[in-house]
Amino acid sequence: MIRSLNMLSHNHIPSASRADVGLAFWIAGFVLLILMPLLNVMPAEDSWIHLSDFSLNRFGKFLAFAILALGLDLIWGYTGVLSLGQGVFFGLGAYCMGMHLMLTIGNESVYGSELPDFMVWNQVKALPLFWKPFYSFPVAILGAILVPTAFALVFGFLAFRSRIRGVYFAIITQALALVAWLVFNRNETNLGGTNGLTDFKQLLGFRLSDPGTQRALYVLTVLCLGGAYLLCLWITRSRAGRVLIAVRDSEPRVVFSGYTPANYKLFVFVVAAALAGLAGMLYVPQVGIITPAQIGVLPSLEMVIWVAVGGRGTLAGAVLGAVSVNLGRSLLTNYFPELWPFILGGLFVVVVLLFPDGLVGIMRHLKERIQNMRVTALSAEEGLR
Amino acid sequence: MSDHGSIIYLEGVVVDYDGFKALNNLNFIVNYNELRVVIGPNGAGKTTLLDVICGKTRPVAGRVIFGKDQELIGKREDEIVKLGIGRKFQAPSIYANLTVWDNLDLSLKRPSKGVFSTLLGTSTAEERKKITETLVTIGLGDYAGMRAGSLSHGQKQWLEIGMVILQDPSLLLVDEPVAGMTDKETEQTGRLLQSLAEKHAIVVIEHDMEFVRQIARIVTVLHEGTVICEGTVEKVQSDARVREIYLGRQKVTHG
Amino acid sequence: MLKRIGLPILLALGLSIGAADAHGTVPPPPASPLEQALSQITSGDEAVRDAALRVVVELGDSTLISRLDDIRANADRPVRLAIKPVMDLLRNRAKLESPDPDSRRSAATDLGTSGKTVAIPWLDQAAATESNKWVRYTMRESAALLHLAGDDHSAKISAVRTLGDLASQNAVPALQEFVTLGTAAEATEAQQALAKVASVSIERIETWAAWSSAIETIFRGVSLSSILLIMSVGLAIVFGLMGVINMAHGELMMVGAYATFITQELFKAFLPTAMFDYYFAAAMPMAFVVAAACGMVLEVTVIRFLYGRPLETMLATWGISLVLMQAARVYFGDLTAVVAPSWLSGGVQVMVGVYLPNNRLFIIALSFVCVLAIYAILFRSGIGLRVRAVMQNRNMSACLGIPTRKVDAYTFAFGSGLAGVAGWALTLIGNVEPGLGQNYIVDSFMVVVTGGVGKLAGTIVASLGIGGLNKLLEPSLGAVYGKVCILMLVILFLQWRPSGLFAIKGRHADV
Repeated sequence: MIRSLNMLSHNHIPSASRADVGLAFWIAGFVLLILMPLLNVMPAEDSWIHLSDFSLNRFGKFLAFAILALGLDLIWGYTGVLSLGQGVFFGLGAYCMGMHLMLTIGNESVYGSELPDFMVWNQVKALPLFWKPFYSFPVAILGAILVPTAFALVFGFLAFRSRIRGVYFAIITQALALVAWLVFNRNETNLGGTNGLTDFKQLLGFRLSDPGTQRALYVLTVLCLGGAYLLCLWITRSRAGRVLIAVRDSEPRVVFSGYTPANYKLFVFVVAAALAGLAGMLYVPQVGIITPAQIGVLPSLEMVIWVAVGGRGTLAGAVLGAVSVNLGRSLLTNYFPELWPFILGGLFVVVVLLFPDGLVGIMRHLKERIQNMRVTALSAEEGLR
Repeated sequence: MSDHGSIIYLEGVVVDYDGFKALNNLNFIVNYNELRVVIGPNGAGKTTLLDVICGKTRPVAGRVIFGKDQELIGKREDEIVKLGIGRKFQAPSIYANLTVWDNLDLSLKRPSKGVFSTLLGTSTAEERKKITETLVTIGLGDYAGMRAGSLSHGQKQWLEIGMVILQDPSLLLVDEPVAGMTDKETEQTGRLLQSLAEKHAIVVIEHDMEFVRQIARIVTVLHEGTVICEGTVEKVQSDARVREIYLGRQKVTHG
Repeated sequence: MLKRIGLPILLALGLSIGAADAHGTVPPPPASPLEQALSQITSGDEAVRDAALRVVVELGDSTLISRLDDIRANADRPVRLAIKPVMDLLRNRAKLESPDPDSRRSAATDLGTSGKTVAIPWLDQAAATESNKWVRYTMRESAALLHLAGDDHSAKISAVRTLGDLASQNAVPALQEFVTLGTAAEATEAQQALAKVASVSIERIETWAAWSSAIETIFRGVSLSSILLIMSVGLAIVFGLMGVINMAHGELMMVGAYATFITQELFKAFLPTAMFDYYFAAAMPMAFVVAAACGMVLEVTVIRFLYGRPLETMLATWGISLVLMQAARVYFGDLTAVVAPSWLSGGVQVMVGVYLPNNRLFIIALSFVCVLAIYAILFRSGIGLRVRAVMQNRNMSACLGIPTRKVDAYTFAFGSGLAGVAGWALTLIGNVEPGLGQNYIVDSFMVVVTGGVGKLAGTIVASLGIGGLNKLLEPSLGAVYGKVCILMLVILFLQWRPSGLFAIKGRHADV
């Protein structure tokens, strides 16, 4: 049973994958971008088709995660490089936006001072230098994307150039996640320590507690997701995308075809980090808090399971996995909090062993089955005549 | 510095794996547009020889000179490939999850193989023509859209040869090209290699003596890391030392 | 009738009044100076009281304590406050002769800090007959400290010198004070002389302190390295053999630690207390077997299907790790305590300022034993030969008839058993909790990555390196930034040697 599911071999690569964005993209786009906000705004609050503010907001969070998953899929699903430290880049982006939001609280904070509450608490007298630029919104936005990018550039350069690969690379990204978690937890780094950054009030003059603002953030997230998806689609459809797959499947041969795999790996690693930063930036105003607990070893591993569950090596799978796993987690931790680690752990094992192609793979398999059945039905008919 | 106009020149090369000398003071020269076959029992160092040329393994002593004066020792693998050396591996090493066409397309020699050119570039008509021609040459014209992993073993070998050809290397290193092939396929492969030898230098490692007889002009026999005999097929087959090391060693059929 | 009752009463009264002396207290039978003093303790006059207490201290011994307690109970506050230190002095004086060296030592320490110079002769006397080196040291130290508080100038100077000889850290504050006094403008000649000797002593003490803290740091580094080594060696063997990084390795350690805990509870419940200390020895095979069994189950149900897919194995084993952690949390709760057996508590004082706890010494010794055992098994036994053969060339070994799948299963179980033993050892220095494995696991991975998988030597060198560096950097950078530093160093190191320190050379599959 295991073997047959593993050998989902397709003799011909379906031509649909080579055409434009499929029908599924437009349907999903419509549902996410138009239908869901409408269902939030228009029906009465107690109507059964009303989508509550809370649900919409939660979905915004899931879609932010989906952006990160796309990046992770690029490096792991397509290029075969397992990074167990995407949480770090997510965190860097989230904290950049978070710092800006902290500073915009201004006098509305608990202590009523210009300084963020946790600094007052820690008896920090003046705003540290590295916080100052984040008064500006453009800096926050650029920082959220560029800081993780720069970091990934340096880290990736050192790692890939020296041909650290496979398991070794995964381990050092995990160590990176651990170290980042430790550093962000420290009080003297002035990043909020264990409690992180929270209690945000407004963004660009709009109150964050206002459902209208949250709705706008949701729509923005959908648009960013769409953009990220198209970017990844462009990369994977190009020849570079095929080189990535080649690197995953047969790196020695890639070298002998004249390419330098390290450069390709670095490229996608940086793109993935940028996407993770973008995800963090969109996450923070919607969720209202960012703490080191979201950037350490365990969250980084969960991000990998999103992609694995959805279907690695397929962009739709990354989005599907991020949304479905987080939705499941949301529902389950509400009703059975003690059960979630078992389920998460179980997911890891089951997906890796039984469903390596994830949900997308299952759907494809079913589709083939149906097609086969139709073919045999047709030929049976023919035979009968 | 090579003086005979050779394409590859190894002198005094020693490769040491924790005391075991895979190559022991090896001297090996191949000329431009020559088709050379290297034979020898298992463990003689044939694949290691190719590894040294390609930069996969670093010798502890000796020189490896490509062309007029390119010292290869110390260069990275991808640098060596870019100099014009292509290699076909022992086990078919192709991109299983890409189509046959994509496999060839990726291998095609292009002015730049950097990230941005592959990201932005498209295939020209000239390039597509080359790929189509190569498809025909290797007999896979009907299989362009097929997933490469689904090819038969012999077809995979040809695909890999096609991929190496498209790189347009000056020196081709071919490691056991007919392993696992039928007699007919073997003969076809032989003809393919011979046609290639008109424009490229080729070094072939093989065990199948029929095949060797078919294609070889000069044969080099390796044993325990050194060359023990070199010459035409007849000369090598009648050499006493060669007989000794092959005595009792039947032709081992692969696959 | 009145006369009959009244006369005896009058007689008794008269006798008692006649018996009362001029001070209004009841005189004891033969009046010894001690008894006299005891009676004067409760006097309202402070001077009288202090004099009396001094006599009590000089002449009394521990038998007086209960009487003093009684007096105390009925006295008012100032008297009570005055009596207490006297009681402590007497108590400690008695303890100086206790059979237990730790009691003697603590008595000496208490006396040293009491500031009561009357104790000096007691300490000198005890030190003269003391057999235990470190108790003697404390006695001499305390006597010298007391001299500092006294008035005899030459005694003070020699005491300062003694404290310098003894490299006593406790003396530094007092010595500093002498220096400050002596270097002030109005210092007397005596004070200046004292200051000179004091600063010399301070220098000696601080030099010694620097050395001893260096040695302690080295010891801590070796201790941490030994822990990392025991944890990593099982991981390295499995990784080298099967290319599998078992992310549930930490949880297998946790299993070993819990097995130890359960053994302890069983001993408590079913066996006599005298046997309790043996639980620790019994727990080791338990820990090994239970962890090895878990590993075997893991291998058969999950890992064997993932050969050649190391990244997937990492993910699957991480899932198992989550499940195991949560299972432990749910079943055992968050904190369980394992009591170290009595023969492992305490430690060895090697020199002044360097105290080596027994439990850490034990772990260091254990790591030696482990390495030797593994070396013996891998390199001197038949099964070890098979394991090494499969490690170096799987296909060839299979051709030679070695049952590679079985070798894999047994090796994995062995590696897991080693993890269990590591958990057993860790109960000595930490709590048994579900997150036990997580504390050191990332460090273990780093050790494996840095050391490479070709040789055992790699794991050893890497644990020494990482453990040592960790403890070296900790005092100056703090634990967290030390870790950051180490991660950066590892990454840079991998630039130079991407497969680790001692990777297997030759043609082998890239992992």
